[in-house]
Amino acid sequence: MNLHEYQAKRLFAEHGVPIPNGEVARSEEEARQIAADLGGHVVVKAQVHTGGRGKAGGVKLAHSPEEAAAAAHQILGMDIKGLTVHQVLVDELAPGGIDQEIYLAVLIDRAKRRPMIMASAAGGMDIEQVAEETPEKIIKVHVDPFLGVKGYQSNYIAGKMGLPRELWRDFHKITSSLYSCFKANDASLTEINPLVITGEGKLMAVDGKMSIDDNSLFRLPAIVEMRDTSEEPEAEQKAREAGINFIKLDGNIGCMVNGAGLAMTTMDVTKLFGGAPANFLDIGGGAKAEQVATALRLILSDENVEAVLINIFGGITRGDEVAKGIIAALEQVKTDIPFVVRLAGTNAAEGMAILADAEMETAVTLSDAAQKAVALTKEAK
Amino acid sequence: MSILIDKNTRLVVSGITGREGSFHTAQMMEYGTNVVAGVTPGKGGQVFEADGQEVPVFDTIAEAVDETGANTSMIIVPARFAVDAIYEAADAGVDLIVCLTEYIPVMDMIGARAYLDAKGIRLLGPNCPGLLTPGQSKVGFIPGSIAMPGPVGVVSKSGTLTYEVIDALTRLGIGQTTCVGIGGDPINGTDFIDVLKLFEADPDTKHIVMIGEIGGNLEEQAAAFIKEHVSKPVTSFIAGRTAPPGRRMGHAGAIIEGKSGTAEGKIAALRDAGIPVADNPDDIARIVAERMGM
Repeated sequence: MNLHEYQAKRLFAEHGVPIPNGEVARSEEEARQIAADLGGHVVVKAQVHTGGRGKAGGVKLAHSPEEAAAAAHQILGMDIKGLTVHQVLVDELAPGGIDQEIYLAVLIDRAKRRPMIMASAAGGMDIEQVAEETPEKIIKVHVDPFLGVKGYQSNYIAGKMGLPRELWRDFHKITSSLYSCFKANDASLTEINPLVITGEGKLMAVDGKMSIDDNSLFRLPAIVEMRDTSEEPEAEQKAREAGINFIKLDGNIGCMVNGAGLAMTTMDVTKLFGGAPANFLDIGGGAKAEQVATALRLILSDENVEAVLINIFGGITRGDEVAKGIIAALEQVKTDIPFVVRLAGTNAAEGMAILADAEMETAVTLSDAAQKAVALTKEAK
Repeated sequence: MSILIDKNTRLVVSGITGREGSFHTAQMMEYGTNVVAGVTPGKGGQVFEADGQEVPVFDTIAEAVDETGANTSMIIVPARFAVDAIYEAADAGVDLIVCLTEYIPVMDMIGARAYLDAKGIRLLGPNCPGLLTPGQSKVGFIPGSIAMPGPVGVVSKSGTLTYEVIDALTRLGIGQTTCVGIGGDPINGTDFIDVLKLFEADPDTKHIVMIGEIGGNLEEQAAAFIKEHVSKPVTSFIAGRTAPPGRRMGHAGAIIEGKSGTAEGKIAALRDAGIPVADNPDDIARIVAERMGM
């Protein structure tokens, strides 16, 4: 789950990271009032879950409450990479301006199985670009999960970045605060880009990004409250509530599969035979009628779908039971969209016979199923 | 021969009285797994019955190990209790911990893995289907009906995709030494290289099938390892060529992050190491048959 900039920065601040004063506005009038309260010199920033807000015109400077209102007017309702801006953050400008921009983040290094601090004196830029073009400018330090960030580690990073020595103590406070925020909120990323040195010689986090490990949400009620569902496609929201893994894609062949690896593979093989998958969908184990019906409704809510490919491996749940579940689900969800069903595994032949009796298109192999689904979309045209 | 589990496996199941736990324990017992104990805190003294056998239930894994000599632990409890059970199994001194539970927080796993490494205890999973040695023992979800004893070692991040491959091998008359699901979480225990080492050392394993998916770099590491250290033929498949970047494809670890973790990168690394990678999973069993001269 991703947080908005303002949510991330507030959490950083709770753990001791200095951030600018600011408030969220949902209207021009609110933006004007916040800017007036902050003394007029502000930055107005679109709050959407995507990068590249600046380039899209979603970040504007203002030097009076009126300018802030005008900026909010331009940004609110703006479309940034397909997302509509519903709120802006109005932040005071860094006191005395910005002397230097630094990148600082805590993330998980899967290969080393440790949290890792990543920093660079080349802040303010796209860090992936820095990593690719000038990898020597990126400093990485791993954190022992039982120890946390030690002072010498922050000093090492500060030294490598050439940070002025009088800021090293404050910098350690920021790295350890950012790590404690990461740990306390089960984050997969806490990122400050940029962390600036202000004209007054102080460190301040002017932008923030944070992603939370979805597996931890059960113990983070305050974070769950922060979820912004306005940006989530409706079908994905419904899938999440139903406990089904569903990701909408751009194609026209709806896919329903049990198991994530097999679901990805079904998409891959569909593509291999010239088709385009409309979604990733893992219905989990069992394929009971109710589950299949819910999944079908999700798939059919996408009007691009012209055919549906169902691929179920019956293991402990036998193929004949799966077939009965599919037929029962299709009685609940009436549709003209054509289907291809492939069952494999235990009692697959018995299951396929049941489906054939119900006059359903069936396939023995995944290749066969994908080819039939592709042919059905061509017939539909 | 086989790897990790066989007739001598003495299994203790954490979560034996739960809905999933009791169902799968019964399945394992029917298959012939020697389930010696169950654990559910607060239900010590009860008896679990399945397949005409009785299994004692204990409050703790330590008691189960003391009383029954269990050497392998399987964990099938809800995510919020699973990490505690991993630590408990490690402290009870089993040789192998198999954690099937999905949705364990990543930071919890980082701590648990560091703890297990310090103790030198092997974990399989979490979020994995477990493993199966045909005709001897199964620990986890893999359906016994699709496997048969034979010369191929199977290792995979996936569940049902692996069952497909095992099923296809069996239909061609090619049996398996052991089938191992390492799971699809970003931080787990046993990885591809660990299992490849075991298959390389197992005299009965003549061929290895490795099934990977997008995310992380375990497949790239495995490719480099195979090139240097594995003398047996390996046939591979990678799922997720059509996965969009930045989205988790069901498994918590199956995500393309920036430019890392793509199917293309993994397939290239494997092919560079001389490992055939099937474009279509329907071809895997056939490629294995051809390479085995069948």
